[in-house]
Amino acid sequence: MLSYLIRRVALAVIVLFGLLVATFFIIHLVPGDPVRAVLGGAASPQEIVRVRHQLGLDRPLLDQFGLYLSNTVQGHFGTSFALAAPVGQIIGQRLGPSVALIGYGMLLAVLIGVPLAIVAALRPHGWVDTTIRVLTTVSFAMPAFWLGLMLALIFGLKLGWFPVAGYSGGIGGILRTLTLPALALGLALSAVVMRTLRSSLLEVLQSEYIEAARSRGFRDLRVIGKHALRNSVMNTLTILTVNIGFLIGGTVVIEQVFQIPGLGSLLLESVQKRDYQMIQALALLAGTAVVLASLAADLVQAVLDPRVRLAGR
Amino acid sequence: MSAVDVLAEQPGPAAPVLERRRRFRAIRGLPLEAKIGAGILVVLFLAGLLAPLIAPYGQNQLDLANIFSAPSSTHLFGTDGTGRDVFSRTLYALRLDLAVVLVVTYPPLVVGVLVGALAGYFGGLVDAVIARIVDTMIAFPFMILVIAVIAIVGPGIKGVLIGVPIVAWALYARLARSEMLVLREQQFMLATTALGYSKTRAIFRHAVPNLLRASLIYSTLDMVVNLLLLAGLAYLGLGAQPPNAELGSIIADGQGTLLSAWWVATLPGLIIVLFGIGAGLLGDGISDGQLRGRLQ
Repeated sequence: MLSYLIRRVALAVIVLFGLLVATFFIIHLVPGDPVRAVLGGAASPQEIVRVRHQLGLDRPLLDQFGLYLSNTVQGHFGTSFALAAPVGQIIGQRLGPSVALIGYGMLLAVLIGVPLAIVAALRPHGWVDTTIRVLTTVSFAMPAFWLGLMLALIFGLKLGWFPVAGYSGGIGGILRTLTLPALALGLALSAVVMRTLRSSLLEVLQSEYIEAARSRGFRDLRVIGKHALRNSVMNTLTILTVNIGFLIGGTVVIEQVFQIPGLGSLLLESVQKRDYQMIQALALLAGTAVVLASLAADLVQAVLDPRVRLAGR
Repeated sequence: MSAVDVLAEQPGPAAPVLERRRRFRAIRGLPLEAKIGAGILVVLFLAGLLAPLIAPYGQNQLDLANIFSAPSSTHLFGTDGTGRDVFSRTLYALRLDLAVVLVVTYPPLVVGVLVGALAGYFGGLVDAVIARIVDTMIAFPFMILVIAVIAIVGPGIKGVLIGVPIVAWALYARLARSEMLVLREQQFMLATTALGYSKTRAIFRHAVPNLLRASLIYSTLDMVVNLLLLAGLAYLGLGAQPPNAELGSIIADGQGTLLSAWWVATLPGLIIVLFGIGAGLLGDGISDGQLRGRLQ
């Protein structure tokens, strides 16, 4: 167990280091002079030299990377040019709506995907299964922003059930403002949840202990609910965590559709303002979230499922 | 792993390549859903390819006397706020988007399969290094990475052409590597060593054709993911710049008039959905067929 833990954490650390290297180069790959690009054509040469120095861009590359590394590890992400404020502070202000949106989207994906998977697995290749499969193919094929617009058109503009733009906090506010965005974000994921859970349920249903449960006369639903589903929970959890990156990418577009002031819209503003410090920090944050989520899922799985931690390779 | 990995319901290692004649029979024997999916894709690719010939109007042909006219026989998808024919614009956008999708899907597939095959065959340090690079690439949320690249090179198709392949090869490398680990222990691969074939011959003539199969199945989903990404970026204004239209940018144009002129945003989106359904049916069909083949 301990050696599995150590190996898994070491892997995550290596990947995080890779992320640091990759994001470090964002500002250095900008063709021409990033400082000139940020300040615009009107900046004086002295001004450019001053800003270069302030950013440490006049130092050797390796020094710069060392500085970036030590600053990042200590939680200093530098100062945003465009907004003239610490990057970390601004990200903190915009974090809430995005986290709420991703969490709500995941919740909806589970609430939609799991029941459909169970129904489909009860009668594989029956008409219900086929219908659900076609529906999931369709929902996976829909662009999230387009689905968002359609939801806004029907449930916002025509029926008037939900607002089509803006964000407010608190449970009530989130339910009111984020239901449509979370649905647009989570529907594609629900297709993934449904597909994976269905095939893992079908696999489990063929195992001997399920046959034993069935031969004792337990009904289908009890077999699935009490015996099969328990074995498939980890699978579902893994799907959710490996798709965090997919959801994070989705929030950029969905926040734009519904005018939600989260990190996604912050990223777009930063791209428009060429705020490379901010882009760097946001890319690092997004990558780190993915790495930590998959690490957490693997560790939870190791604790719950002895087959994983004993299977050491 | 990503959303699409899971959707692809990864098949196990494939059986050795079929002979040419059996391959033909395999195509004819494809399940119905695969045929329907392939049909949809062929129609859409042809529509894109022939856009300049079949589009009834130019993509930026203004007609200020006919703004926001609803879909009809003269304007299948209606017109937008400057009287441009949405159907013609959609065809041209489809042409551009599908061309980009092919370019960002298949070259990375080739690179990824080769890298994965080499890593899986040789193992050791090279494999460990490649596997960590792959992990890092996949850890980056795709959308964020491409946007970061666009922030560097500026808005336009160029960002997509650079940003997507940076990550896309890694998914195929992971898939090919895990297949290769199983494949290299199989009899026919062990035989290549026993027969004294060179490693090059063993890898390229005997292993890679078998690895390609899973990657090609996966690529049907990858195309959907890339088209969705492309549409999303165009919607955000980070894709092709005017006068060129992309499916996503036409949808964005229609957002403001969703209630009064629903067709501008809705109908191009349906074309994207249609492509996804076609690719999904094809992918499902061929992976099902493969599973059946193995059971026989």
